[in-house]
Amino acid sequence: MQVVVDNNGIKRYLVTLNINGDSYTRVIKANTLLVKFLREEIDLTGTKKGCELGDCGSCTVLMDGKPVNSCIVLAVEADGHEITTIEGVAQNNKLDRIQESFIENAAIQCGYCTPGMVLSAKALLTQNPHPTEQEVRTAIAGNLCRCTGYVNIVKAVLVAADEQ
Amino acid sequence: MNLPDFDYYIPASLQDACALLAEKGPGAKVLAGGTDLLNKMKHELMAPEVLISLKKLDQLTSIDYVSGKGVVIGSMATHNAISNSSLLQEKYLSVCEAAQHMANNQVRNVGTIGGNIVNAVPSADLPPIFIALGALLTLVSTNGERVMPLEEFFTGPGKTHLAPDELLTGIVIPDNSFTGSTYIKFGLRRSGALAVVGVAVAVEMDGNICKDARIALGAVAPVPMRAKKAEAMMIGNAITDELLEQVGVCASTECNPISDIRGSEEYRRDMVRVFTKRALRKAINNGHV
Repeated sequence: MQVVVDNNGIKRYLVTLNINGDSYTRVIKANTLLVKFLREEIDLTGTKKGCELGDCGSCTVLMDGKPVNSCIVLAVEADGHEITTIEGVAQNNKLDRIQESFIENAAIQCGYCTPGMVLSAKALLTQNPHPTEQEVRTAIAGNLCRCTGYVNIVKAVLVAADEQ
Repeated sequence: MNLPDFDYYIPASLQDACALLAEKGPGAKVLAGGTDLLNKMKHELMAPEVLISLKKLDQLTSIDYVSGKGVVIGSMATHNAISNSSLLQEKYLSVCEAAQHMANNQVRNVGTIGGNIVNAVPSADLPPIFIALGALLTLVSTNGERVMPLEEFFTGPGKTHLAPDELLTGIVIPDNSFTGSTYIKFGLRRSGALAVVGVAVAVEMDGNICKDARIALGAVAPVPMRAKKAEAMMIGNAITDELLEQVGVCASTECNPISDIRGSEEYRRDMVRVFTKRALRKAINNGHV
């Protein structure tokens, strides 16, 4: 990894991340968290900061297709990886069926957990197109929602799976 | 929450990683998954000047059977890699189940077995089942390699025998003749909760006679511990419900729990009694290791 040292002796690292299909190269400090990189360097603010400790799942993004908490991943560690954020879920200005299902089933209230919830659901349905209710609940267990009580979220994911 | 500044290195070989660790001294920390280390840094519980990432050491993510040695799990294998490994599902399903039920999916995709062991949290979910199965650790430094039984590795909460210039590279489950094993835990929620009590057991049964038994307890002592007196009560004896109850009582007197926000000492002891009995019954009936 290429290192750039400025006049004050501060080291920065050259990283290239593929985010939602586009390649972004930046020079960043090692302590830049992936969530901060996405929100502040790339202006993709759909990824939310919640607990910032890896407990709540608001900051969930997909790294090489797998859900991770971007608040406890260093951007330098994501160098060379493919990241999908909520902005990358809709294709050609058309919402993903999971997003449509969240709207149709009233699975969104305040909406803060929704980006992470949709990405966890997306990863699940990509890997397991016809999950059981228990498998849906396990897949979203790392995404806390304080509004809905989860019932409509689980329903939305199951309906999206049925439509496939 | 921001992280303090640190220098970052991402060595391309194990030799380079060991050399860096030796060169940078105690101010350097190894970065595996980071799910624990980065949180500690955010809370200012730790302020390493240097992080040495093991991300490029692909050989540390493998899970293989090595003839004459046993199942070798690289220290950088994630919890989900362990729970999805077809080799482990076939040979040690209990290890997969333990990995599958910890934390949450996002953490299981990033957190590693090596980090789970080296952090030495008394309530960690994976050490008890590995101790029950007699696992060994491979520790590497610029001075070479040494092997240490996992059960001797921990010295206290957050403390281990790992030297500052040493890296944990792998966990070995040696070939054995266990007929059943399991890990069961009690947490305050089904997901994302630390174990209040965790009990792992491995047994070798011959009909109804127990030929060998190992009981490892988590979250009820400063380190994951064996309940050796309870094990001794099993070995050579026919299994009855009365015996399992007595073994549970014995294990509950052997452990050394604290009272904290998750449970009192008294509660934890009684849960050790119940869970030891339950885990042994499950391992005996399981039909898989």
